[in-house]
Amino acid sequence: MTAKVVVVTSGKGGVGKTTTTAALGAALAQGNQKVALIDFDVGLRNLDLVMGAERRVVYDLINVVQGVAKLPQALIKDKRIETLWLLPASQTRDKDALTEDGVGRVIAELRETYDWIICDSPAGIERGATLAMRFADTAVIVTNPEVSSVRDSDRIIGLLDSKTEKAEKGQRVDKHILITRFDPARAARGEMLTIEDVLEILSTPLLGIIPESQEVLRASNIGSPVTLSDPASGPARAYLDAARRLKGENVPMAIPGDRKRLFNRLFGRRAA
Amino acid sequence: MSLLDFLRRRGSAPVARERLQVLLAYERANRGYSDLLAVLREEIVAVIARHITIDRDCVAIKMDRGDTVSTLEIDIEIPHKAGALLVGT
Repeated sequence: MTAKVVVVTSGKGGVGKTTTTAALGAALAQGNQKVALIDFDVGLRNLDLVMGAERRVVYDLINVVQGVAKLPQALIKDKRIETLWLLPASQTRDKDALTEDGVGRVIAELRETYDWIICDSPAGIERGATLAMRFADTAVIVTNPEVSSVRDSDRIIGLLDSKTEKAEKGQRVDKHILITRFDPARAARGEMLTIEDVLEILSTPLLGIIPESQEVLRASNIGSPVTLSDPASGPARAYLDAARRLKGENVPMAIPGDRKRLFNRLFGRRAA
Repeated sequence: MSLLDFLRRRGSAPVARERLQVLLAYERANRGYSDLLAVLREEIVAVIARHITIDRDCVAIKMDRGDTVSTLEIDIEIPHKAGALLVGT
């Protein structure tokens, strides 16, 4: 087995990298793919919390890199999906403890037994972010339809084209834009950059459009990827579609709304 | 909120798009040269220091990007003595 290594990156913080890592990883695993999620945000780890595994962390990526723990000891198996695993970041160590050789060894070992390795990049363009993208075959660039996020995505695209192992070998990292927190009504009124605007500016193909939704916050509140907490919600369906596109399937692009809204309205229940 | 404000608010996305297009065209062209101003500053100081004793903190470099022309402004404070030497008095 040779896994595909995906980096979820953005440059800017708070755009939804961790939410996306959790949701795309879960979506792939729901389709019977064996998936390992790696949190690269040393000192500010959160993927464990979003995945609901915060109380099960024993060892972390740096322990493995430094040989303190073996990889199978550090990987946390998801309680809901058989084929989903998490390698948390260290919360206490210095980010300089991550070395390129060490990360390379961990990823090489994972490649042999997994279908997908999804690297959750920290914000910024420092060491953690460059190491998260270093060995990637594919990049998911999470972008909000907002000027600072688009600018930072452009910067990250530049780094993906120059600082990755693939780029240095003269190959290309396969890059995709994932637009999150999109509000179609505001875009239609000219209040928000449109999908076309963002894609034209970044000249990179689209992986999916995740609509702005309360369900994303609810999912992180309860520690569950949104594709599991409410598979019928707009963001969950958008992530499930995006995961299929990552696998190479041809799925028509849409901006899913929340399917249960009508149901809730009929029965007078509050959404969320 | 006046009607004018209302109309102006509606149209902010095209402004965002245009600002980004202009900015990113510049940033892409200058990728890898982000420390150009610092390099220029060091080299300019070195050239002047060969002839005049100057305080390196008294060299200011400013870049201003206009629509058609960009300007590089170099402001060097020269000590009184060296200044006299320069104008030949």
